[in-house]
Amino acid sequence: MYSVKEQDAGTPEGTGTALVTLDVDGRMVIVPEGTSVMHAASKAGVQVPKLCATETLGAFGSCRLCIVEIEGRRGFPSSCTTLVQEGMKVHTQTPKLAELRRGVMELYISDHPLDCLTCPSNGNCELQEMAGVVGLRDVRYGLKGSNHLEAAKDESNPYFTFDPSKCIVCSRCVRACEEIQGTFALTVEGRGFDSRISAGGTDFMSSECVSCGACVQACPTATLMEKTIIENGQPDHVVKTTCAYCGVGCSFRAEVKGNEVVRMVPDKTGLANEGHSCVKGRFAWGYATHKDRVTTPMIRKSPDDAWQIVGWAEALRYAASEIQRIQEKHGRAAVGGITSSRCTNEETWLVQKLIRAGFGNNNVDTCARVCHSPTGYGLKATLGESAGTQDFESVDHSDVIVVIGANPTQGHPVFGSRLKRRVREGAKLIVIDPRAIDIVRQPHVEASYHLQLRPGTNVAVANALAHVIVTEGLADDAFARARCDVAEYDTWRAFVSEPRNSPEATEAITGVPAASVRGAARVYAGARNGAIYYGLGVTEHSQGSTMVIAIANLAMCTGNIGRTGVGVNPLRGQNNVQGACDMGSFPHELPGYRHVSDVGVRASFESVWHTILDPEPGLRLPNMLDAALEGSFRAIYIQGEDIAQSDPDLHHVEAALRAMECVIVQDIFLNETSKFAHVFLPGATFLEKDGTFTNAERRIGRVRKVMPSLSGMADWEITCALARELGYPMHYDHPSQIMDEIASLMPTFTGVSYAKLDEMGSIQWPCNDETPEGTPIMHVEAFVRGKGRFMITEFVATEERVTPMYPLLLTTGRILSQYNVGAQTRRTENVRWHPEDVLEIHPHDAEERGINQGDQVALKSRVGETRLRAELTERVQPGVVYTTFHHPVTRANVVTTDLSDWATNCPEYKVTAVQVRRAPNQDAALAPAGAPEIGGK
Amino acid sequence: MSAIVYVPGDAAARSLGADAVARTIRDEAARLGLDLRVVRNGSRGLMWLEPLVEVSTSGGRVAYGPVAPGDVAGLFAAGFLTGAAHPLRQGHTDAIPWLLRQDRLAFARVGVVDPLSLDDWRAHGGGRGLDAALAMAPAAIVDAISRSGLRGRGGAGFPTGIKWKTVLDTPAPQKYVVCNADEGDSGTYSDRMLMEGDPFTLIEGMIIAGLGVGATKAYIYLRSEYPDCERVLLAALDRARAAGLLGASVLGSGRAFDIVLRRGAGAYVCGEETALLESLEGKRGEVRFRPPVPAQVGLFGMPTALNNVVTLGSVPAILADGPDAYAARGVGRSRGTLAFQLGGNIRHGGLVEVPFGVSLATLVNDYGGGTASGRPIRAVQVGGPLGAFLPASALDIPLDYETFAARGAIVGHGGIVVFDDTVDMAKMARYAMEFCAIESCGKCTPCRIGSTRGVEVIDRIRNGERRPQNVALLRDLCDTMTGASLCALGGMTAWPVLSALEHFPEDFGLRPAAAGGGS
Repeated sequence: MYSVKEQDAGTPEGTGTALVTLDVDGRMVIVPEGTSVMHAASKAGVQVPKLCATETLGAFGSCRLCIVEIEGRRGFPSSCTTLVQEGMKVHTQTPKLAELRRGVMELYISDHPLDCLTCPSNGNCELQEMAGVVGLRDVRYGLKGSNHLEAAKDESNPYFTFDPSKCIVCSRCVRACEEIQGTFALTVEGRGFDSRISAGGTDFMSSECVSCGACVQACPTATLMEKTIIENGQPDHVVKTTCAYCGVGCSFRAEVKGNEVVRMVPDKTGLANEGHSCVKGRFAWGYATHKDRVTTPMIRKSPDDAWQIVGWAEALRYAASEIQRIQEKHGRAAVGGITSSRCTNEETWLVQKLIRAGFGNNNVDTCARVCHSPTGYGLKATLGESAGTQDFESVDHSDVIVVIGANPTQGHPVFGSRLKRRVREGAKLIVIDPRAIDIVRQPHVEASYHLQLRPGTNVAVANALAHVIVTEGLADDAFARARCDVAEYDTWRAFVSEPRNSPEATEAITGVPAASVRGAARVYAGARNGAIYYGLGVTEHSQGSTMVIAIANLAMCTGNIGRTGVGVNPLRGQNNVQGACDMGSFPHELPGYRHVSDVGVRASFESVWHTILDPEPGLRLPNMLDAALEGSFRAIYIQGEDIAQSDPDLHHVEAALRAMECVIVQDIFLNETSKFAHVFLPGATFLEKDGTFTNAERRIGRVRKVMPSLSGMADWEITCALARELGYPMHYDHPSQIMDEIASLMPTFTGVSYAKLDEMGSIQWPCNDETPEGTPIMHVEAFVRGKGRFMITEFVATEERVTPMYPLLLTTGRILSQYNVGAQTRRTENVRWHPEDVLEIHPHDAEERGINQGDQVALKSRVGETRLRAELTERVQPGVVYTTFHHPVTRANVVTTDLSDWATNCPEYKVTAVQVRRAPNQDAALAPAGAPEIGGK
Repeated sequence: MSAIVYVPGDAAARSLGADAVARTIRDEAARLGLDLRVVRNGSRGLMWLEPLVEVSTSGGRVAYGPVAPGDVAGLFAAGFLTGAAHPLRQGHTDAIPWLLRQDRLAFARVGVVDPLSLDDWRAHGGGRGLDAALAMAPAAIVDAISRSGLRGRGGAGFPTGIKWKTVLDTPAPQKYVVCNADEGDSGTYSDRMLMEGDPFTLIEGMIIAGLGVGATKAYIYLRSEYPDCERVLLAALDRARAAGLLGASVLGSGRAFDIVLRRGAGAYVCGEETALLESLEGKRGEVRFRPPVPAQVGLFGMPTALNNVVTLGSVPAILADGPDAYAARGVGRSRGTLAFQLGGNIRHGGLVEVPFGVSLATLVNDYGGGTASGRPIRAVQVGGPLGAFLPASALDIPLDYETFAARGAIVGHGGIVVFDDTVDMAKMARYAMEFCAIESCGKCTPCRIGSTRGVEVIDRIRNGERRPQNVALLRDLCDTMTGASLCALGGMTAWPVLSALEHFPEDFGLRPAAAGGGS
């Protein structure tokens, strides 16, 4: 529960359409049919005492404190489980009820330690509060009876403790684990007086628990308690903000004591997460004050020199003078910059503004280049907007959910929980993934079809699905002909109908049995509401953009677009990758995905920015690196992005960075890229600044300053100061003024302001005069581009192929406890769950190579080699190996190739031909001493 | 034609040595070169005469009991195969007054037939109810049950017709019939006797229920401590399936119905219908809140007709002979018959199926013959471990739901347990609380913690610690448990406790006046 209390109506509101009027303690209240008496009472301003009820969980009826009297009914029904009826007359306070509630409370306290004063929940305990509410004055049973006061604490989890002596067995934790998180890690063990909450007969750390924190949040007592609260006491105020991890963009309440965060609790009113969280956002925020934080600017003449600590003025002056020197000597285009998907919209906006207006060129790119650039391209080309079509809530209305190349329970856990809940409610699930990821089969969740394709054959599978839909007459022709370009649709129909695109023909390529493809296609096409969710397993391929287009084609031809429950939904990797793209982080596009060659658009910016903009597209990141090696590109300003860790073919990246004369890194930690840097500008974490992030559902959420910046500057302030040093005037008193500028220049943002964000909580763009409340669902009446566009998606096999030398295909992915290259999560206790990256290999492939579980193996591709530990598992199919890249020592991107998406240069991280051998020296340390640490994206 | 000797295979008879008796009879017949068939029938329910051996003679079945293996040679020697005289001879079975005075409907064939012989079952009137039901519309079947006045024999006494009508009227893609065979009340065994002695009648009742409510799938949730029932039921289900009674087309009617047997895991609370459903779904046996009732949202969330074994076992007779014949029996709103089970300190324990309205005194004195110890009756507990204790002075009350309710007591599942004047009623009250503590599922607080505290408080009273205060506390606790518990286990535990306190205050170290109050 929250430290700073909010009203809890006890149960969710009913979903009925009819309205019911009832009388609660003489107050009339009107609620939807299906609402509990407790919820109705709360709405009438009457708080019925309760312990086992909370509005985030279904009614349970076990604590018996919420009993009421209802005229015409016998006994004392529990108000949480009793549904309202028209004309019902409810009494929540009568002498008899008071007596019964006191009797129940007396029983509770007869088995509870009377140590309130030293309890971490003191002042924030529902049991304590209810004892006061019912007026308990005496425990006549005494304290010598049977009890659980000596029950041992479980402190195994790094973030919270379980103290069964304080447990009232309300099952809120068990129910939260089941209903909200969907992990089913907790249960009640024993019966009667011996009933105890159990993590499945083991301690929490060894259990199935994924540390999402839902149980801790649900606990009404100190039984499940954050260790930070135990150590620091209760917070004194709350700041609402947005999580800085994945693209779900959960809304959080930072609970703060002075300037110190005591805990982060998911916000029930946050529409992205509705009160849920994962282990990263909930607990892994300690990196913000980690000792590795760099808090002073540093400069050096050469990457081989030691860093020299300097003041802000000197660092900025030096950086600016270098840029100016290089531009004078090598031309205006010899410098560029990289925006950050971790930073705020406002900060990203300023970096591209600095580059365009201050540097005077368009050499700006962002990490989306290496993740979701094909999404931008493919969805813009087909639907007309470079973003997902739905809000997350939409999945609650889906009947068939297709997950392609995404691992939501690991990569987007809060959305993953939501998706699983919908599957538990009966929606069918289709998983298209080379690996048997968790959602293929988990407690109470099972995919109807798992199309376990060979890496690199997405497009062939998508074409085969389309083939079935079209040739079996399952397409929604009426929709396609009304909403899309008919000629293109017919051309596409003819293309997918060709026999070479049939499941039978593609089976040899994809490895997916034709019958499964046919079955899955029928299920998706037959759905009332079919939704597709996809991730980097779609985009990070040489045909990444083609696959995005193929997905859009599938949605359009089945009419699964333009309403709730359907759509095409990229699961964005980083907290603000959508925002970074929106804010104009591309060399060819000004903010809002408008081409730099557009005179009118350029003019609008020029008039506000008081400058002349370059009409020519600038360099993409890979081109900047190539240009650096050839000598025409000499300086780069990198905000919050570790390209020497996350980009492919790292030897190439390192050489390019080394070739530059001025590398300016702005980050919270020294990282791989800073090893090649000349200037280090210490940035601020999301806790140290104001701004906004835009999540995967286009939801703009506020980031609010919780504590002062450790370096004294927020990132937006650093960019402004650098601009001023370069002679370009850039001043804002507050990020809200930057947003005002964004709103004035981006047609999809004209209605956005901090005032409106404060009022609404969050806004999904487009938000303008036409849609002042934002746009949860896109393409409702018509596609943004007018007519939806079907495009031909010819399957072209990647050049990366298995050979006798490299007979296995490596694909990469994520794990729940770690985030991206791990810069943040590796500096938290999350490493306890994932101390190292491992190579998943099928037992058959392992046996052929004499590899045993836990052996160190050498992983070699045609571009590089690394070493890691083997995990034998049937999650991967024979011929495929898999690893994560959260730890730099893994050097996964030493082996990834320079192949990339044809349209956007997004690297083909997901397919690399490799060989795996048992490493000769099993006792050697995994990371060769002195070698540069390298990870992946 | 070979002689037929009946030796009950009923668990009660077996616990009294029936297997050895049957074996000895076969051996003795072989030794004598006699052609003889031993049928392991159900029990007639005269427990003090078990093992009750019957022989079929031209004049009908003649009973001998209780027979020990050592008696067998003498029985043969005396010519018992022809019904000859012997000290153990009880006369013609049908003429034994204890049986003669009963009105057996649900138990009409129990002890009479070979439990696993469909022919025997048919020959004794089995299947007539189903034949009738197959010719009726679902609503007509439900209406017949409503008109019969049949109420739930599991203990709650809820009108079966209303329950079935709710299931029938609740639209759903799948409906279920579930038989509650988790018979766990102390002093009850009628479900067991019916399942062991005449399983096809239960199956018939379940099929009729399925036809009535529109269910095609059914489960029997069987108490884990009933291995004999499990064996008999599994064999009976196989035979019923082979005979086309169960399956895709019940007796060729085109209507599907099948039954799956599931064994419980030893929790009394799983006899509570919602905990039973949880357990049947593979979950922890925890009580669900109601409403919604199982008839609306039951097994796997579907409308479910959940009935006790005897309830379902009473259905065939109602359909066979018409609801009016059934409703003609009984008193007030308690129609038909109830199979009472006499136990505890009683001379003639056993099963007595008679119409409602019979007095407790008739059952414990006339049928039961008073206490086994020969001492005066001091208390009687009716309706299982949660039933109130009645003093000897109250035995004149007629057994029907309403009269008992008015007296703060329950008929329940018809179990009657007798205590003589040596009983310590404070100890019995403690036992009631302890029973609840052991069997509580632990979901709701009053039952989970209250039952354990109840034991502790009664212990303090019995030890003479601050008696007035602890008695007051016990009363408050009983009030809390009664008013606030989630299900009947916690909600009714107070009944035996308070009735003991009310009628037998001296056992709690109180002077009669000091006990105060009523229950």
